[in-house]
Amino acid sequence: MKARGLRAYAIGYLIFLYAPIVLLPIFAFNDSRIIAFPLSGFTTNWFTEMWADRQLWQALRNSLVISGSTAVIATVLGVFGARASTRYSFPGKGGLVGLIMLPLVLPEMIVAMSLLVVLLAISVPLSIFTVILGHVLITTPFAVAILSSAFQSLDKSLEEAAYDLGEGPVSTFRLIILPLVAPGIISSLLICFTISLDEFIIAYFLAGADTVLSSYIYGQFRFPAKVPAMLALGTILVLVSVILLSIAEFFRRRGIAKTGGKDTGGFL
Amino acid sequence: MAKTTSVLGRSEARSGLMLISPTALYAVLLLAAPLGTVVLYSLLTGGRGVITWDFTLANYIEVWTGPVYRAIMLRSLLVALSVTVVTVAIAYPIAYFVSFHVQPSKKSLWLFLITIPFWTSYLIRVFLWKVILGYNGVINSGLLGIGIIDEPLTWINYNVGALVVTLAHAYAPFAILPIFVALEKIDRSLLEAGQDLGESRLRTFWRVTLPLSMGGVIAATLIVFIPTIGDYVTPDLIGGGKLPMIANLMEVQMLKINNKPLGSAIAVSAMVIVAILSVAFVMVNRRFLGPAK
Repeated sequence: MKARGLRAYAIGYLIFLYAPIVLLPIFAFNDSRIIAFPLSGFTTNWFTEMWADRQLWQALRNSLVISGSTAVIATVLGVFGARASTRYSFPGKGGLVGLIMLPLVLPEMIVAMSLLVVLLAISVPLSIFTVILGHVLITTPFAVAILSSAFQSLDKSLEEAAYDLGEGPVSTFRLIILPLVAPGIISSLLICFTISLDEFIIAYFLAGADTVLSSYIYGQFRFPAKVPAMLALGTILVLVSVILLSIAEFFRRRGIAKTGGKDTGGFL
Repeated sequence: MAKTTSVLGRSEARSGLMLISPTALYAVLLLAAPLGTVVLYSLLTGGRGVITWDFTLANYIEVWTGPVYRAIMLRSLLVALSVTVVTVAIAYPIAYFVSFHVQPSKKSLWLFLITIPFWTSYLIRVFLWKVILGYNGVINSGLLGIGIIDEPLTWINYNVGALVVTLAHAYAPFAILPIFVALEKIDRSLLEAGQDLGESRLRTFWRVTLPLSMGGVIAATLIVFIPTIGDYVTPDLIGGGKLPMIANLMEVQMLKINNKPLGSAIAVSAMVIVAILSVAFVMVNRRFLGPAK
């Protein structure tokens, strides 16, 4: 009885979560510039209009450069941070790790404004480069968190075995550790990429004259006539992020299976 | 033997520090230094676009006593606290359901379903709520079309309630995951013990499950509260610019009016408020769990 009530509540909750997103394709294919009921007819015009929008493509290119660079840099920094914090103990560890993870508990506006103040003070021109600086800062904690759990599930005896067999620290890392945490690295890349792509505040304030996808969408919302094309874009973005997430989930599960499998294999 | 350990220990410390240094250096240069600069700025004297090296507390006095600033800060607090309470309260039963009533093999599917909306563009989700709740929006046009109402509802748009609904939707998955993790860690035999000792299900929940999951509830509270109090997009899109919050105020002072010291004082004040409330949430949790823990 209680379980059934909870199940009904859970389904209601999922409807609440998905209701706005369901509206995206409905109005993206609706033949009216006004987003309201009743629906007037089916059209793919908004997708065509969006596809022909040159500024949008430029914003997308900028966003992809930012998200790609951010994902790589944050994941590399994440590998250093996670490896150091899971494998070694050293003085000041708590403080340093705390500082690295701090952006998780700071409102993004404060991160954006403090970076902006410094960049303006030392007159660094704002561009997609400065957005990358900000995005690396806020995605590194996610990379560290994901990679820490990957490094933690490593069996230390594998590493010791490599040392016993005459490998040095660098080759051990490359030959033993890296392949085992590879799934963690891939999911860190994907998560950082997705966060960076979706991020708005830093991209809006630190990009200067450059537009990125999120700030472009934000600008277009001011013009009611442009809204349907943005809903079409939103529909595509939802599809893309669902696909990316499914891939990330696949690699995460394979990673668990991989380390788990190796562990028992070693004992056998 | 003891000597080797100490040598190893020292080299371990050195390797650890070397390994973490790129990441730590990045955080020092791009986070600690800018935050330090903001704190410094907040103590200087500013005007339109100029900053003079006169140390003063005037910015803080203005931020904490000026009626406009106070109204905006109180609104931010009210919105953030309401969003937090609503989000955590509606998230708890879901986390409970997935943890206690879903078969283990299906749990990850449920979590996946819950997190997907969170990964779709935040901006577009916020904008969709504007479309849903707006004066000529989906709800109003739908209800008018069916004939339930004769003129558009006005109490659903451009108010604090609309901000709360939008933000509660935006941060929902954030609240579910930490509570779910805390519930998963509870030893199920404790619940059986409670019931064997004659407690009712409700009392077992109240005296065992809820206290043991409070850690997750506090984590959820912080995860929702911190970004919502600094939210910039929702007040702008949903509030139509008429219901600014701290982030909008910061933008105006930092960029439009270009009084960076005053803007910095607002930023530092916001950080202090967030820090005080975070500590308070954690302390409440300690009280709740009692001295035994």
